[in-house]
Amino acid sequence: MTDVPLTQPRSTNPFSGLMSGTVGPVTVVVLAIIAIWYIAAVALNTPFQKDIYERAGQSDVAVSQMVTDTLFQERPVLPAPHQVIVEIWETTVEKKITSKRSLVYHTGITLSSTLMGFLIGTTLGILLAIGIVHSRVLDKSLMPWIISSQTIPILAIAPMIIVVLNAVGISGLLPKAMISTYLSFFPVTVGMVKGLRSPEVMHMDLMHTYSATRLQAFWKLRLPYAVPYLFTSMKIGMAASLVGAIVGELPTGAVAGLGARLLAGSYYGQTVQIWSALLMAAFLAGSLVALIGVLEKLTLKRMGMAQ
Amino acid sequence: MNALASAKDTEMVETTTSASPNRVIDIENLSLTFETNDGPVHALSDIDLKIEEGDFVSFIGPSGCGKTTLLRVIADLEKPTAGHISVNGVSPEEARLNRAYGYVFQAAALYPWRTIAKNVALPLEIMGLSAAEQRDRIARNMELVNLTGFEKKYPWQLSGGMQQRASIARALAVEPDLLLMDEPFGALDEIVRDHLNEQLLQLWAKTNKTVVFVTHSIPEAVFLSTKIVVLCPRPGRIYDVIESDLPRDRSLDIRETPEFLKIAHRVREGLKAGHSYED
Repeated sequence: MTDVPLTQPRSTNPFSGLMSGTVGPVTVVVLAIIAIWYIAAVALNTPFQKDIYERAGQSDVAVSQMVTDTLFQERPVLPAPHQVIVEIWETTVEKKITSKRSLVYHTGITLSSTLMGFLIGTTLGILLAIGIVHSRVLDKSLMPWIISSQTIPILAIAPMIIVVLNAVGISGLLPKAMISTYLSFFPVTVGMVKGLRSPEVMHMDLMHTYSATRLQAFWKLRLPYAVPYLFTSMKIGMAASLVGAIVGELPTGAVAGLGARLLAGSYYGQTVQIWSALLMAAFLAGSLVALIGVLEKLTLKRMGMAQ
Repeated sequence: MNALASAKDTEMVETTTSASPNRVIDIENLSLTFETNDGPVHALSDIDLKIEEGDFVSFIGPSGCGKTTLLRVIADLEKPTAGHISVNGVSPEEARLNRAYGYVFQAAALYPWRTIAKNVALPLEIMGLSAAEQRDRIARNMELVNLTGFEKKYPWQLSGGMQQRASIARALAVEPDLLLMDEPFGALDEIVRDHLNEQLLQLWAKTNKTVVFVTHSIPEAVFLSTKIVVLCPRPGRIYDVIESDLPRDRSLDIRETPEFLKIAHRVREGLKAGHSYED
């Protein structure tokens, strides 16, 4: 028997530490996306760059020069990541929040209608689910409409909602929020119906043996049972709500909000502005969903359902 | 038959809340047929059964013999399609509304978001008892099942046997005279089951409740019961009713005695005979 050390020295492979845990893989994925983005930017911007050279009468431009130039165009087909990052930096940190050119200002506008729509949508979704679970008639009569409401393209119905609400004198935040509501109540309704119906037969029987009223069964059994379902559908609802708010800003010629930013960018061919607004929207959605995730964890822990 | 009916009538007239002081459950000609797509299923057929106060009655039989269904009829979880049943002299529905019984299911069925104490409190909250009364009953019944000290634990922090004990405490907290138990220890291993059987007998002696107990274990049925009802399937019916002459005060050692084995033998024969036409 030779003395073999029971624990091998850990890092024979210098990269073994990198891929263990989550930091390594996440970094690799991010770097891969950025790399693909740069390659795509070069490829997509090259034809226009060649045009420029041709018009300027320049021939025999070195490849390295051309690659560099494709990444610094003013209105590229696909802006390079660093262009977008610079644009975001300039429009968030270097602009006053009250400025019309501040991305934070526009994000705030969209956020407020997203949150308003989300709150109305979630409330509506929960109320619909409660009705549907407790009444066969409501189930049969409402559910088909609820489902078909989501088959209509939101882009088609958004202008209608804005126009109709404007006609009855409602303008400002609410019409946009209604579009968010329209998108976000659906996942909450479906999730809550599922959640409120999910208690095991035995748990329902138990309530029956106690001669509990439907209201008692709802508060003490159905509702707590549905809480995890509610959070899951709220995450989907939140993302949908943000999409709704942005879409709501598009057809109305809104002057403020991420949607307005996208629209203005496309009018003037400001692709860098479009992409920075898109990234901001993605970041916003991610943060909001993560926030609900934190709330979910805290709530379930408080309820004793998570360890 | 006439005499029987009139005797029953006078019972019903005599007392409004509980019929004869001793008769807890009275079942006559009871049948239950489920209508399914494959035609009617006779879950229970022509059941006659009387259960007296203080009895420990076991329903034993193979799967599909209707033992659980019969218990559920008593608990008003199923409605019979024919025949008569009274619980505490009234219909099962009224008995349920009077909270005459506590029901223990096959699984503990504790609510995962409630602590053990809060689970025991569940029926008390529904009954609308005062906070002081709730506290009192929780403490008393947790002690009765030897779970004092686990009030603040969540169900997942307890073993299966402890969870089932908590569910028994929950059923007892209603303070019913009648305890209905549907294979409560079926999912537990034999050592835990023996232990809980012994505890259940002590509990029964202490509280003097009437217990109806569904099981498919012969030793369990014989060990626990004063009366064993052997059921057989298709259609679900009573094959044999065995009055046990074992002393009420018994320990696990009794399972080695000839008297015990004699009763166990009769139960086994009943189960075999009830099954024999099949295979």
